[in-house]
Amino acid sequence: MGTMPDGGPNTARVDDGITPVPGLPATAVDESVREAEERKWTPAKIALWAAIALLGGVAWFMLAIVRGETVNAIWFVFASVCTYLIGYRFYSKVIERYITKPNDRRATPAEYKADGKDYVRTDRNVLFGHHFAAIAGAGPLVGPVIAAQMGYLPGTIWIIIGVVLAGAVQDYLVLFFSMRRGGRSLGQMAREELGVIGGTAALIATLLIMVIIVAILALVVVNALGESPWGVFSVGMTIPIALFMGVYLRYLRPGKVMEVSLIGFVLLMAAIIGGGAVAGTEWGAAFFHLDKVTIAWGLIIYGFIAAILPVWLLLAPRDYLSTFMKIGVIVMLALAIIVVRPEITVPAFSEFASRDNGPVFSGAVFPFLFVTIACGALSGFHALISSGTTPKLIEKERQTRLIGYGGMLMESFVAIMALVAAISIDRGIYFAMNAPTALTGGTVETAAQWVNSLGLAGVNITPDVLAQTAKDVGEQSIISRSGGAPTLAVGLAHIMQQFIGGTAMMAFWYHFAIMFEALFILTAVDAGTRVARFMLQDSIGNFVPKFKDHSWRPGAWLATAVMVAAWGLVLLMGVTDPLGGINTLFPLFGIANQLLAAIALSVVLAIVAKRGTFKYLWIVALPLAFAAVVTITASFYKIFSPVPAVGYFANNAAFAKALADGKTSFGTAKTQAAMEAVVRNTMIQGWLSIIFVVLSIIVIITALIATAKAFRNASAGIANVEYEDPAQPSRVFAPAGLFPTAAERELDAKWKKLPADQRLEHSARH
Amino acid sequence: MNALVAGFRGFAEYFSGVLGADAYKKYLEHHEASGHDGPPMCERDFWRDHTDRQDSNPQGRCC
Repeated sequence: MGTMPDGGPNTARVDDGITPVPGLPATAVDESVREAEERKWTPAKIALWAAIALLGGVAWFMLAIVRGETVNAIWFVFASVCTYLIGYRFYSKVIERYITKPNDRRATPAEYKADGKDYVRTDRNVLFGHHFAAIAGAGPLVGPVIAAQMGYLPGTIWIIIGVVLAGAVQDYLVLFFSMRRGGRSLGQMAREELGVIGGTAALIATLLIMVIIVAILALVVVNALGESPWGVFSVGMTIPIALFMGVYLRYLRPGKVMEVSLIGFVLLMAAIIGGGAVAGTEWGAAFFHLDKVTIAWGLIIYGFIAAILPVWLLLAPRDYLSTFMKIGVIVMLALAIIVVRPEITVPAFSEFASRDNGPVFSGAVFPFLFVTIACGALSGFHALISSGTTPKLIEKERQTRLIGYGGMLMESFVAIMALVAAISIDRGIYFAMNAPTALTGGTVETAAQWVNSLGLAGVNITPDVLAQTAKDVGEQSIISRSGGAPTLAVGLAHIMQQFIGGTAMMAFWYHFAIMFEALFILTAVDAGTRVARFMLQDSIGNFVPKFKDHSWRPGAWLATAVMVAAWGLVLLMGVTDPLGGINTLFPLFGIANQLLAAIALSVVLAIVAKRGTFKYLWIVALPLAFAAVVTITASFYKIFSPVPAVGYFANNAAFAKALADGKTSFGTAKTQAAMEAVVRNTMIQGWLSIIFVVLSIIVIITALIATAKAFRNASAGIANVEYEDPAQPSRVFAPAGLFPTAAERELDAKWKKLPADQRLEHSARH
Repeated sequence: MNALVAGFRGFAEYFSGVLGADAYKKYLEHHEASGHDGPPMCERDFWRDHTDRQDSNPQGRCC
């Protein structure tokens, strides 16, 4: 694919086998001009990048080296943004130059497959927002909060360095290679590149991982809404609001998406405010006060119905609402953190950083911190988005760097902000909120006593503070509200009230945060169930062909029921787990997500090797090796560790032995039934870990074999099989980055001069 | 004042692009540009088709 500069200004003579459409200006900036532009370092440019590097260095110094009483949150913003800028400007350029080698003379699927519906050239900046909204959800808001148990530094380093070297690399490469393949899915690429065994293992792993991820996201919602009448009311109201929006868009005013989103937003705000009023009345508090098991069952039934209802009625309108809230909330949170600049009292490394028995999640920093924070640093799930809608919308090949790499940097920034929000609250409150009831005892007195007994530096909490915080955010209790979402909501309320509204607004901000997290998660649950159902139907269809017909109702309903039952089972297991569901299940979520990343990177590794890029294979091999080592080690701990708090089977054996000895309570399980539940849950969790890790190892091995084969072929001079769509000449031009360069502007001007009937309509903002 | 209005309009357009609210407009542009052999779908039919295609081709949302 080498597009060597030929020295002349005429791109038509570039030797890439593409014959440009005659009569049109160049569709790419001339290679040598672009090269010269990139390599030219003007004093202003040098000063700018020196300033960015310096500011980033100072910020990292403040976070990592200086050990004051407090650290200001603004340093998190500077450290992350400066590192992202440097990673984007330098590292992603290296990837572009040596691995992807985009060629703007080549048409993208949005051009050669254009249909005005699925394949549509989209302005790069719009697509950036669109892609970001599709990849960012509740994940980056939850993981960093839970990981804050270790102190702020381990999480901060992993989120920022991880995204630059791993997460963004994966997203960019999957997006690029999927685009070169007409927008093919990760599953299809795995089948092509890794063969039947690797492909099938990847497919089964993806399906299982989806189930786990949906279940644990649902668990986060259940934990946030349990015993919270206000939350149940306002989140419950999102369903009728979405239904109304769906009918509005279908029958009343089709296509008025912006209008209906605004109406929906106003209704949502009304639902949050109304929730406070309803929860304040006696009947409201009684009616909407639901325990976690009831909410879990509600969610399971909801999940089934939502997944078989037509998309227009519930999923599509809620998607609009969710995107609307997502962008708005994130911009607002960023502004608030920059304006308020809270002082952080959490230490860089907490007392639990060197231990493996933390109350929020168990296990040592390595490997468990790296699986607890998945989204925001490296998220395998993104590979499904980057090989889904986005590659079909890309206008020019060079834009994949902005959208794939840049989009993931944005998500990482969201994770950093979530971390800042979580650590801006008092550490005593943090532990009281995030430890399971079995430890805190569930009341403010016992929780305060337990937190103070931990011996954390500078932590001395009184029951009054816990009770007052609950009152401030409009909840009956904040003890043991694990799952990350409530903690983030308290942190966000804490920051936002200093920005807008004062303490009187805290309850609103708290429920606002719960609402948008629930909104993202419900959309993910619904969409995840649908995708999983299709995957299951296709798999069963290999044996019973009728199942391949997606419009066959009994098949669709049966497959949906199976998928909902699968995640519902895991959800109920988490909700009823005496050990506290998040504590035991969250690592499984992270492991699943990272294993998916390992699978995606394996596929990418094989593709890069087949293209003959061996010298720079390490760019893919590095994150792959890290993800593989982390997740396989974490899985092995979960399977083989003799420490009951860490190993599923060790815990299983401990509880089974206690039962055999005739004990009626053991550890945190106070009844025999609870002990039996632990035995059952740990067995299921243990086997899930085994299945995941075995499938992933199969995929990684097949990828390594494919890579070795590519290497042998290359040395023997045999061409590797190429699965890219054939190259076709492009007929459009658009700049690659956020801001057009001088050469791009010059070329763009030539295109603008072209008579309208000779050029395809520009996708630039209308 | 004009700059403010233009700025707001630009933002609104950007936002509607991110939401996907301009899908019909883009469909019409494509229809116009691609040498069509029939009239385009009306707005109502287009959006029906838009969501119905999502029914048979679901896309995951991220976590």
